[in-house]
Amino acid sequence: MIDAIFTYEFLQNAFAAGIIIGVIAPLLGVFIVVRRLSLIADALSHVTLAGIAGSLYLSQSVAAFAMLNPLFLGIAASVGGSILIERLRSLYKHYEELAIPIILSAGIGFGAIFISLAQGFSNDLFGYLFGSVSAVSREDLFIVLGIAVVVLLFIFLFFKELFVLSFDDEYAKASGLPAKWIHFLFMIVTALVIAGSMRIVGILLVSSLMTIPVAAAMRISKSFKQTIWLSILFGEFSVISGLITAFYFNLAPGGTIVVTSILLLLIVIGYKKVSVSMKKGAVA
Amino acid sequence: MDAPLINIKDISFEYEQTKALENISLKVEEGDFLAILGPNGSGKSTLLKIMLGLIKPTQGSIELFGVDAKNFKHREWVGYVSQKSNSFNSGFPATVEEVVAGGLAKKSGLFHRLPKDYKALVHQALVAVGMESFSGRSVSELSGGQQQRIFIARALVAKPKVLILDEPTVGIDHQNVQSFYNMLASLNRDQNITLVLVTHDVDTVTDKITHVACLNQTIHFHGFKDQLHTMSDAQREAWYGHSVRKIHHIGGVHSHD
Repeated sequence: MIDAIFTYEFLQNAFAAGIIIGVIAPLLGVFIVVRRLSLIADALSHVTLAGIAGSLYLSQSVAAFAMLNPLFLGIAASVGGSILIERLRSLYKHYEELAIPIILSAGIGFGAIFISLAQGFSNDLFGYLFGSVSAVSREDLFIVLGIAVVVLLFIFLFFKELFVLSFDDEYAKASGLPAKWIHFLFMIVTALVIAGSMRIVGILLVSSLMTIPVAAAMRISKSFKQTIWLSILFGEFSVISGLITAFYFNLAPGGTIVVTSILLLLIVIGYKKVSVSMKKGAVA
Repeated sequence: MDAPLINIKDISFEYEQTKALENISLKVEEGDFLAILGPNGSGKSTLLKIMLGLIKPTQGSIELFGVDAKNFKHREWVGYVSQKSNSFNSGFPATVEEVVAGGLAKKSGLFHRLPKDYKALVHQALVAVGMESFSGRSVSELSGGQQQRIFIARALVAKPKVLILDEPTVGIDHQNVQSFYNMLASLNRDQNITLVLVTHDVDTVTDKITHVACLNQTIHFHGFKDQLHTMSDAQREAWYGHSVRKIHHIGGVHSHD
């Protein structure tokens, strides 16, 4: 495996991108989960699908799009979707969750139209839906790297504000923090991570890398910072072992990464149950 | 003469064409412990939210520390403790220390880290609410009363001059309500923190407060609690609508919903 990584550029790209995504997706995922926005990640991933499918379709008929990495239109659609979700959430103040199915369906709807309009990119599309070890180009890797820089800078600069906003948004607003702006930036950064992660995990499974490692970490962590570190650890473990499995068995990496993270979650849940019952036993 | 800490000038507020507050004027001076009393739907929480800048009044203005609220820069001088059930994200994986340190976010400023001595500041705030031994505990494991003390510590850590509390005893069992108000009285008395409190616990709170404001869309009384008995029966009826009786030994009122 190590030899293969040194030999093949596509493997270097896939592993480097995977390792980066293994950090940024769970890192941002912690804030997504504690803010109860998990489904927004799903909605945005489906909007990304529309952007990717649109780009793939246009590449068949417009020369300029043939040269363009479909990821760019995917990113644009994802960011646009995040802005639309916010507009809808403020429009339906008492039914904020309505924004998610509306945007999710719109994403699938446009995606389905573009897919049926254009024939002949089923292989490409399969890679975008479920991830691909072989499809990650050097350009994709640089895009993921750029997104990672933005995410890490955002979290570093606004960590304490994000923490307060996630724990108690009314308090954040009352204490004079620019909650609205930080939330807006948070949505944009989320859109970027989703678009960047889907080359490896796939559009349909991208939200799982932002939520499952966090779900596992929350079972055993004692503090917020510990939740973040454990989520990244679990995320990295899932990505690396998922990519290795996908490479050896020629499987879609999205599936292997997600199944690994689910297994990890089950182990953590089991460990927690056993440790709690052992503690109860010791007390009795 | 020093300006009032909070000066509400002829405020009205309408929500979807329904009047919630009408021509409210109210001053909160340094050292006051003001209880805002009124029946459900009287606009108490709305008034607090306007004080905090969470919602804008449809008419009138507010000054905080003598400065128009729109231009007021020192938000950390005004601490806020909301109704527990309304606000905080229960089950959140954070320690008491992390939550209380969050109270320093505004004071530290955007793009700045927490001060180096933040752990000492958090400890001081926890001592003030009698929760210093809970620093490493998960906040979601605590009882309702303990959580509210933590939220007061979060407000205190930035050393506010005014603390605004919106029905802070909701969800706290009856036995702990008394000790909770004792703690508030001690913050007001010993640390000279001005308190503005919305509550339904009229019985428990009357011997702790200094001032009362009786609100039902408009202010029916505002003054020292000992002057409350000067309200006429007609004023009481207008304020609470029904079933309000005098309790002479405290000069206050006891309400029945």
